[in-house]
Amino acid sequence: MGSVSLLFQHLMNGLTLGGIYALIALGYTMVYGILKFINFAHGDILMVGAYIGLFAFDALRGSSPLGPWWLVSFFIAMVISMLGCAVLGMVIEKVAYKPLRKGSRLAPLLSAIGVSFILSNGAAWMFGTHSRKFNYPFDNSPIHLGGVVVTPHQILILVVAIVMMVALKLFVDKTKMGKAMRATSLDGDTAKLMGINSDMIISLTFGIGSALAACGGMLIALDYKVYATMGTMVGLKAFVAAVVGGIGNITGAMLGGFLLGLLETFGVAVLGIPQGFKDAIAFAVLILILLLKPEGLLGKVEKEKV
Amino acid sequence: MSMLETQALTREFGGVIAVNKVDFFVEKNMITGLIGPNGAGKTTLFNNITGLDTPTSGKVFFEGKEITGTPADRVCRLGIARTFQNIRLFKELSVIDNVMVGRHFHAGNSHNRTIQAILSYLNVEKEEKKTYLDAMKWLEFFGLENLRNEKAKNLPYGYQRELEIARALATEPRLLFLDEPAAGMNPQETEDLMKTIRRIRDIGVTVVLIEHDMKLVMNICDNITVLNYGQKIAQGTAMEIQSNPAVIEAYLGKDEDEEDDEE
Amino acid sequence: MLNFFILILIYTCIYAFMSLGQNLITGYSGMLSLCAAGFFAIGSYTTAILTTSFGWSFWATLPIAALLSALMGVLIGLPTLRLKGDYLAIATLGFAEIVRNIINNWDALTNGPMGIQRIPMITIFGIKISPYQKYGFLLMEIIMLLICWFLFERLASSRMGRALEAIREDEIAANSMGINVTKYKVVSFALGAAVTGIAGCLQAEFTLSVSPGSYVFMVSIMVLCTVVLGGMGNFVAVILGAFIIQFISYLPQLIGLSNIIPAQAKQIIFGLILVIMMIYRPQGILGRKERNNKKAEKNWLLNKKEAINEHA
Repeated sequence: MGSVSLLFQHLMNGLTLGGIYALIALGYTMVYGILKFINFAHGDILMVGAYIGLFAFDALRGSSPLGPWWLVSFFIAMVISMLGCAVLGMVIEKVAYKPLRKGSRLAPLLSAIGVSFILSNGAAWMFGTHSRKFNYPFDNSPIHLGGVVVTPHQILILVVAIVMMVALKLFVDKTKMGKAMRATSLDGDTAKLMGINSDMIISLTFGIGSALAACGGMLIALDYKVYATMGTMVGLKAFVAAVVGGIGNITGAMLGGFLLGLLETFGVAVLGIPQGFKDAIAFAVLILILLLKPEGLLGKVEKEKV
Repeated sequence: MSMLETQALTREFGGVIAVNKVDFFVEKNMITGLIGPNGAGKTTLFNNITGLDTPTSGKVFFEGKEITGTPADRVCRLGIARTFQNIRLFKELSVIDNVMVGRHFHAGNSHNRTIQAILSYLNVEKEEKKTYLDAMKWLEFFGLENLRNEKAKNLPYGYQRELEIARALATEPRLLFLDEPAAGMNPQETEDLMKTIRRIRDIGVTVVLIEHDMKLVMNICDNITVLNYGQKIAQGTAMEIQSNPAVIEAYLGKDEDEEDDEE
Repeated sequence: MLNFFILILIYTCIYAFMSLGQNLITGYSGMLSLCAAGFFAIGSYTTAILTTSFGWSFWATLPIAALLSALMGVLIGLPTLRLKGDYLAIATLGFAEIVRNIINNWDALTNGPMGIQRIPMITIFGIKISPYQKYGFLLMEIIMLLICWFLFERLASSRMGRALEAIREDEIAANSMGINVTKYKVVSFALGAAVTGIAGCLQAEFTLSVSPGSYVFMVSIMVLCTVVLGGMGNFVAVILGAFIIQFISYLPQLIGLSNIIPAQAKQIIFGLILVIMMIYRPQGILGRKERNNKKAEKNWLLNKKEAINEHA
């Protein structure tokens, strides 16, 4: 393999990974934009999404042979998983975060950590501590495209991730609801005075963020295993992606996701960082960005008004 | 040189010029007023002098030394204290503890030399007793000593304003910035505040205040600076300011909403 | 039964060290740190490695472990603590994972997933403090804990404690009162880290072996729970919290139902504790300890009386 095609190979791998990070980072960034709070349970919602998707897919495809119906089942399962997680996200917000909105800054954070722990251990209890594997929706043998090896999974991941992101961007920029979300994010109190139902907007934000996380969870499940704590590290990295892009900024989260995916892939492949320390890359990136440009690439400097 | 001086101080926020090349002077032992319509950049100017914000360009001099961009805690240690427009007390702490925080860097031994720090750590009780006495003087200055064990958040509004000033004075500043001290006060309270500010001046503390209550400003300020759209448009005594055409223009039609809450 | 109770007390003490640290960081300074497990691991492995490979005495490893943890605390604290917001929580969460990653993978130093066994027992004045004779171990722990608790209590009642509380209440106002906010945050974080490292040393000496599986995220959650449950900003309360958490932890064995109750049950309970306490009793069981100025107040009243008498 020539060095150019090798470069493209890494690029492809990085973009696929980054697409997933980006999808999950969106949830962190949207919630942070509106409530100024890190939803620690976001990574675990992704895990729940992967489980729902896995079970729904297995039920739908039944014993039918590998074929187009598998792919259709996969997408139906994805819709079910996204809807399920949207509801879960909204319920969590209502039960565990909403009563704490007026309290101290630490309260919702601690509550979110509690929720995260309940979800991951609840899953381990219900589904067992062993990891499961997804049955591929189709034959995953690599395709050679002019020297670059691409797996059908990678194509699926990239296509789904990009479609989701474009849809979200259109929703936020073009619809009335999206405008209300942006207004609430800019200035919640004023938005309220303008007649925007902020409770509903917050609920919607959690719903959309959680649905995207579910989608990300299913995409991860294509190539990696599904287990109760699968969301912790991915969630952490997606958060780093959101910070890199500028937390609270939707385009920033997408950019940050792809960037982090590429950095990780190239860090291992080109810089020769051992696989075992791959997870440390995201952490180093976080510390670096906080030192050099704490507002992130596309974020604005926020200063508390005095 | 004046006690405090800014030279062409400018602060931009992403294209918006909040403070535009302002030369601001504070003379020792005087009461200086800083007035101007909403959004004129008064608080931004305060923040840039007291180290909570860093100017985009320009310089700040205090007692002849440049302090541009010095962090807030260092500015305070240099002898400049301040209060805030929207009272920022340590709400869950008691009234006396709030003032004792103001004594923080005076307590113990100076400059945190390691050995001295350890010694003072072993001698917490003695240090605390002294800090308490020093802090109490400032509560007594405001007649708040009987409220010493209340939580700051439980104090009535007017007392909270006074407590904030007491806390600032406890740092023993030579220069005190008051950001709208009379906001939300009734005429009687404002009257008392005027006396208090004069008393503060009389113990040798130079005072600068942002205020919208024109009666208060015109009554007690020896020197007034007027900002409008980030620029200094006038400076002088109360008489001079009242007859200055640029000031009248800036405030024209403002008479009826003078009472409005500001910023 | 009694044995179990002693075991709970021994672990209560180990966790109490961590609770003291977490309370200083979270209860006093108002910062959320999620890496108790990370500093705990650093402490354990420092003791394990220095005693087994280099033949050090436990007592010599203690300050090294505390210093190393504090140093790590400063390294994570400096970039994150000068920023507003909750970056510390995420950075510390990441840090704890990285520590586990390293002890799992750095075989040459940590022996990887196998861990380190046969850690020599503690000796003091020639007396062996064996974890098999639980009373002796417990007594040593209690003495160490009392010293630590006294020092932390002292720190909290000093002007530094007041500065930390001021920072928790309003960073900007504290800064304008001449308090170097970043410095104090980093110092309190480093002290919290150090005492958590010490807890790790004791853990290593109690189990006489260390392995990555003991330093999971749940440790951090349990420590957080001790503070939330007992009461933030109250050192006595968090030690009580540590006891309750250990009691819940060992309850299934204590009542002999460990075969029936799933392993995740207690972890779900810990999660519920965080959520429910935040909603219904955010101040914890005992609540925050108010600053005590009684002696200083008495002194002031006395001075006042004297002044009046002199005038008369």
